[in-house]
Amino acid sequence: MAFLIIFFPLLMAALAAAVPSNRLRPWLLPVTGAAHLALTVFTLARPDLTVSAAWLVLDPLGKLILLVVSTLFLFCSVYAVGYLRNRGERPNRIFCVCLMTFLGIMSLVTWSHHLGLMWVAIEGTTLVTAPLIFFNHTQRSIEATWKYMLVGSVGIALALLGTFFLAYAALHAGMETSLVLEDLLTHAPQLSKPWLHAAFVLLLVGYGTKMGLAPMHTWKPDAYGEAPGVVGAILAGGVTSCAFLAMLRTYHICFAAGEGAYVSRLLLFMGLLSMAVASLFMVGQRDFKRMLAYSSVEHMGILALGLGLGAPALFGTLLHVVTNGLTKGVLFLSAGNIHRAYGSKNTEQVCGAMRRLPLSGTLFLAGFLAITGSPPFGPFISEFSILNGAFDAGRMATGGIFLFLLLVVFIGMGATVLKVVQGRASLEARNTPYRDTFLTGAPIVGLMVLVLLIGLYIPAPLAGLIRDAVLFLEGQP
Amino acid sequence: MTNLLNSILVIVLMLNLFALGTSRIVSVIRTVSIQGVLLGLLPLLSHGHLSLTAFLAILPTIALKGVVIPGMMTHALRDVKIKREVEPLIGLQPTVILGALGTVFALLFADQLPLATQHAGALIVPTAIATVLTGFILLITRFKALTQVMGYLVLENGIFIFGMLLVEAMPLVVEMGVLLDLFVAIFVICIIVNQINQAFSSLDTRRLVSLKE
Repeated sequence: MAFLIIFFPLLMAALAAAVPSNRLRPWLLPVTGAAHLALTVFTLARPDLTVSAAWLVLDPLGKLILLVVSTLFLFCSVYAVGYLRNRGERPNRIFCVCLMTFLGIMSLVTWSHHLGLMWVAIEGTTLVTAPLIFFNHTQRSIEATWKYMLVGSVGIALALLGTFFLAYAALHAGMETSLVLEDLLTHAPQLSKPWLHAAFVLLLVGYGTKMGLAPMHTWKPDAYGEAPGVVGAILAGGVTSCAFLAMLRTYHICFAAGEGAYVSRLLLFMGLLSMAVASLFMVGQRDFKRMLAYSSVEHMGILALGLGLGAPALFGTLLHVVTNGLTKGVLFLSAGNIHRAYGSKNTEQVCGAMRRLPLSGTLFLAGFLAITGSPPFGPFISEFSILNGAFDAGRMATGGIFLFLLLVVFIGMGATVLKVVQGRASLEARNTPYRDTFLTGAPIVGLMVLVLLIGLYIPAPLAGLIRDAVLFLEGQP
Repeated sequence: MTNLLNSILVIVLMLNLFALGTSRIVSVIRTVSIQGVLLGLLPLLSHGHLSLTAFLAILPTIALKGVVIPGMMTHALRDVKIKREVEPLIGLQPTVILGALGTVFALLFADQLPLATQHAGALIVPTAIATVLTGFILLITRFKALTQVMGYLVLENGIFIFGMLLVEAMPLVVEMGVLLDLFVAIFVICIIVNQINQAFSSLDTRRLVSLKE
């Protein structure tokens, strides 16, 4: 099954490369997305299909990430058809091929139980998304892509060194060196401690760069700001989730080795630092796409924080991967529409989005309320559950700072978002040809409904999946 | 065998310093390509026998690091007007001294590390650390896009040297995956470098400053 899920999108990518028509090619995206999600759901329902080879195993953590990214991809792929229709002047062959290849490589990340293979796949997600950021071919997008590639490659190289250190921790303890997850977990308590500590730091820096934790987040505002909205959604909901899965694997091994306390301290520090840096840059931010990038930095911080809090907050953290991914989809896609309608992403030119684009404007506002943790949306449940975890773990100070930073972000982000949606659009903005269409509107509505649904009632299969994942992380089969 | 291995690693260390000390970009590219070929040969020496799988791993490494990537880099350099690194962040001689200090630090630091007994005498770990540090120095102190890419390659070489210790942990498939990633990364970077050159008429990354707060 793994081979089908991984290679099907790659085959479709090859097909897309062969299709000559610029107009028909994008339709392959939703076809691929729908088939991939169907395959994913089918695999999730059949436990006997989750082992394909020694290195390709779909454990509960992998299942969760695969489900989130596959769902997000489906909505984004429908949107992409509408987006590319508006951008008929630009060739979209590379864009479509890269998007589908991303889906295949992302699936490999979730299936791989060999840390070396996982590294290869995560580096692969960086490489196929670079041409996506470059889609507009402007000077600014060249700059953004350059920073993305250089910072991302160097960061991820450090993760490879960290992976090697992990293998050396086994070698030093006199065991057979292996990077297969099962072997590392079984022998975790015997791993050489100094090498394990060094490995964790390098992996945290390396995969943290990919997630966009401060202070390694510098590529993020540039890349998200210059990339088309749909690419921003894939980056903020998909690539970062994959990097977080790598972080979860690292945490899992260190936790099994009895190094939970050491790992926690670093994760809590990085989490709070990311939230603080993000909130600083969000206050007074005039570029609403860069604002979303900082929001992504903040939410990666929340994930790191939740992981650092350990057992009491794990359920909330894993749920937050889902809710953050879907809400980021809503925000980036609607921001993309607003950007297109106004031809600008600066709040000095953009106002009155609610009247100019009633659907996208409303969804942008709703997405903002959701991502900042207002009830009744999904992120409220997950953020509340992490906060609860902090107080349960007896970390009053951490919980307090967390709450305070959430408030700062709410105010900072709110000021920018309200400027965008309120007021009256300028005459020239009202005369641009862009209007909300079914293809660029419906996917956002779909994502928003899911976010609302999770906020009102977590579907039983999803809750079961997250509970399994928590048990798996805590080492109980 | 250890003697021969160590002498090659010493050459690798010297190449690091040479890459730091030259201002001609083409010399940096050549230095890194020689380093790549030497690294490709390392697995032969650290195991002492030539098996088919070892051979299969060596050939692509040498081809990629010694021929393909330097070729792509030289090609990218062809259209560029300025072939030298002018005004690096700190001068060339200070960077060489910095690199030498880094090497000394790596040697001292590796002595402190808890190494497995069979690796205690070899220079693998200090060379790996020193090469990673050299890569970082190149990345930070140079401003030409191509030199920064060479810095990334040197960094990657350092990690590759550390990987020598762990042949069992990295099966051939995964190792080829790592090489493929490296190749695609350099390929994509070359395209971007080319675009930077066209759009900004320069390879100076200090011109890339329009995106900031």
